[in-house]
This record gives sequence, C-alpha cells and structure tokens, in this order.
Amino acid sequence: MRVNFVLSEVATGLRRNLTMTVAMILTTAISLGLMGTGLLIAGMISDMKAIYYDKVQVSIFLADGVTDEQRSAIETQLKDSPEVKNYIYESKDEAYQRFQQQFSQQPELVQNTPADALPESFRVELVNPERYPVIAEQFPNGANGVDQVRDEGDFLDRLFSLLNGARNATIAVAVVQALAALLLISNTIQLAAFNRRNETNIMRLVGASRWYTQLPFILEAAVAGLIGALLAIAGLILTKVLFVDRTLAGPIKAGIIPPVDWGAIAVISPIIAAAGVGLAGFAAYVTLRLYVRL
Amino acid sequence: MIELQHVTKLYPASGRPALDDVSTEIDKGEFVFLIGSSGSGKSTFLRLLLKEDTPTTGNVVVNGKTLNTMSKWQVPKLRRTMGCVFQDFRLLRDRTVAQNVAFALEVINKPTRTIKRVVPEVLEMVGLEGKAHRLPNELSGGEQQRVAIARAFVNRPLVLLADEPTGNLDPETSEGIMLLLERINRTGTTVIMATHDYHIVDSMRRRVIELNGGQITRDQSRGVYGVGR
Repeated sequence: MRVNFVLSEVATGLRRNLTMTVAMILTTAISLGLMGTGLLIAGMISDMKAIYYDKVQVSIFLADGVTDEQRSAIETQLKDSPEVKNYIYESKDEAYQRFQQQFSQQPELVQNTPADALPESFRVELVNPERYPVIAEQFPNGANGVDQVRDEGDFLDRLFSLLNGARNATIAVAVVQALAALLLISNTIQLAAFNRRNETNIMRLVGASRWYTQLPFILEAAVAGLIGALLAIAGLILTKVLFVDRTLAGPIKAGIIPPVDWGAIAVISPIIAAAGVGLAGFAAYVTLRLYVRL
Repeated sequence: MIELQHVTKLYPASGRPALDDVSTEIDKGEFVFLIGSSGSGKSTFLRLLLKEDTPTTGNVVVNGKTLNTMSKWQVPKLRRTMGCVFQDFRLLRDRTVAQNVAFALEVINKPTRTIKRVVPEVLEMVGLEGKAHRLPNELSGGEQQRVAIARAFVNRPLVLLADEPTGNLDPETSEGIMLLLERINRTGTTVIMATHDYHIVDSMRRRVIELNGGQITRDQSRGVYGVGR
C-alpha cells in the first residue's frame, strides 16, 4: 500500500468538503465530550457511594436540653441493639468543626453560624441498612432527649437518584448527538465519494482492490473522528480545570464530593478516542457498502 | 481467450433484453469491431467482459475464467488484465499526463521504480514524449485520447476494450488513434472496439461483429461496416 498516496487522498478529501468536515468534527466532539462527562459522573457516583453508604446510615440528633442520663441511656441502647453494627458520638464542638471544614469556601455562612447551633448526634451504622424503621421506632422523635432520627440512606438515595438522572440524561444526549454525528459522517462520505467519482471509477477499471479504493474514505472519517475525540478530551480537561477544580473546590476538599482526578480522565481519554475513530470509520465503511459503488 | 456462451442480459427497467442469447468467441490477438446502432447491446457486451455486470443467463469466459462464478475479490485481478478506453477519455483533470498514466499503476501497487521506468516508455509509444507535464485541458482531443490509451496500455493488458474511442474526434485524428490501436494489437493484445465510424471499419478490414436488438446479426472476418451500403 502506498502510504503517501492514501494520505494525500485523505488530506484532499478533508479539505474539499471543509464545511461538512467541520460539522462532522464538531458533532463528534460534542457527542464524545458528553459521553466522557457521563462516564466521569458514573465514576464519581460510585466513588461517592463508597464514601457515604459505608459511613453513616442513621443519624440520631439529640435535643438541646438533653441530660447526661438520657445521653448515656441512648448510648447503652445502641450498644445492646442487635441491629447496630457500629456507632460514633459527635459532640456540638465536633459538629461545628466538621461544618467549618465543609463550608470553608463560604466564610460568611460559617461566621453567621453560632458555634452551638449544630446539634450533637449519634451516627449509627446498621447491620442491615434497610432496617432503619426499627431504629426510628426505638427512638421516637421528641422523647427521651432525642430530637430527630434521620435516615441518611434515604437522603443519599435521593441524592444518588438525582446524580444517576444527571448521568443518564448526559448519556442520552450523547447518544442522540452520536446519531447526528453518524448521519453527518455518512453524508460527508457520500459527498466525498461523489466528488471523487472520476478517480474511483478509474481505480475500479484499472483493477485497484476494493480496500485501496475505500481506505482513503474510511481514513478520512476516522481522522475526523480522531480530531473530534481530541476536542472532546480537551473539553473535559478544561471543564476539570476551569469548573470542577474551582467552583467545587470546597466540597471536594471537605470530602463531600470526590475530586475528578487526572487518572479518571487518563482512563476515559483513550476510550473516547477509540470510540471516535471506531464509530466514524465504521459509519464510513457501512456507507460505502450501502450507498456507494466503488 | 474470450467466450460468450448463450449470454442473455435483461435490465429490470426494460422489457427487451440488452443481449439476447449471444454466443461468440474471440481469440488472443484478434482485432474486433463491434458495430450496431445505439441500444443494440455493444456497451452491455463490453460491460459483461469487465464484470461490471453479470449476465442474466449464460456464461462469459475471459482468459479461461468463468466470470459468473468469480468472487468479488477476484474482479480487480481480472480488470488488471484489461485496459479500457472511452469516447470521453476520462482523464483526471488535476493531474498531468504522466500522473494520469502513473495513477493506473499506483493504485494497483506497482513499485515506484517500475512506474518511473514504464510511464515515459508508454508515453513515447503513444507519441506524447514531450508532453508528460501538461494538464489534460492543455491538450487536443486526439492527444487526450492518446493519454487515455497510454493509461489503458501501461500495464500491458491482454485485452484492450475501446468504447467509441474516436467518437469525439475528427477523421484525421481518428486515423492516428486507429494506427495506435493497431500498433497495440500487433504486440499481441486483443482489441475489441465498439464504434459507429464506418470509414474506419471499412478501411481497416478486420473482423466485424454486428449487434442488432441484442442479437448478433453478422460476424464476418475482414468485414465492412454495412453490407450493400
């Protein structure tokens, strides 16, 4: 195979349909960028699940006027309960410290919150997280120094269903964009084949192999797919540096949101690149088979 | 060399067969004129030899190979043994004369060394040695057809198919082209030429196959264009 010949054909092809090529690259880039975002969110969700679900399942907030007896009664009850796997006590001071840390990016909020505004609590890990109602029954709200029992799992479920929804929506848009990208690629290749019909007709007549005739078109699409993928990767990197790392710096530092680390992007980038090149090349190949006589 | 055995070709859009039970044989080194009015089946005849089309029934055999059973992957190999020339030259307008000829070799993966050697040779043979670096639109029609012939012949095909190669040329230029085709024929290449040009057919006195409504109505060695014309 003459590499020079094929490459110069590819370059000519891309230049000849510049507007179509640009459209093809941009839709591919958007689609792949969203796909990458979806993958990053998915990774983030599983990281967050690991952080949260293991730690806390039920919080028992104590009333302001709780007595020492009430507190130790609750503790004994927790210690003796077969439903409880583990628990920790968080005093008002500790609660305030954690609060300060979580909202270190919002100093006004911290300043306006008095140190004793946050309740003391028991953070309880259950043997079986589904058994939350049993605990809630044992510690009725508003009695025996208990202010409120909260199922953090319920809150987390809602949080994660929100995040899952965001991930699914991102991937759905990515799929629609990918469809648009595939159609554009198909269209561009048909146009390219039409533009070069003189060459390909002659190639056919002098006995050039099918591969020799098709390869420039397939590579043309694959190169566009690759450029699209590179743009998408650049987009992900910019999003990390300009948005995630700045705007979400506080919650990340506080350990509420796992950071988007370079490792995740390094893992996703080759997937995006392969998807871009593979899908574009495949779309071109199918188009040539179906619509173009070579 | 080339054999058609009871070949019928029906195109779906038309009720009348383009070729209707045609059988003939062409030997190696022959020079054959294919004549007949438009729509008589000349082009279909040539297309079947190139396996651009498959017969509806019957067999086409080229160089001992039955084209009907030939797989898609073998078709390029078949076409490398055949050269094609057309009425409209079909040159690439953004490539020079030499590049047009070299193109035919590049795309079948001939080594650069070979291309550099044989392209000037064939250009000299067709009488274009000084014009290798011209673009097609800087040449006359006759010269453009010589480029097309050079391209068809540069890979030394066993068969040269010419579909009205002089259809766009004046009689004098046509004569030059015919001399060239004759010269190619003398190298042992079979030449099959579809034409309407009775001057040429009458003056060359070669084998004439006349098609009419898809059937062979005359097959005559050393024939003329029209009997009793």
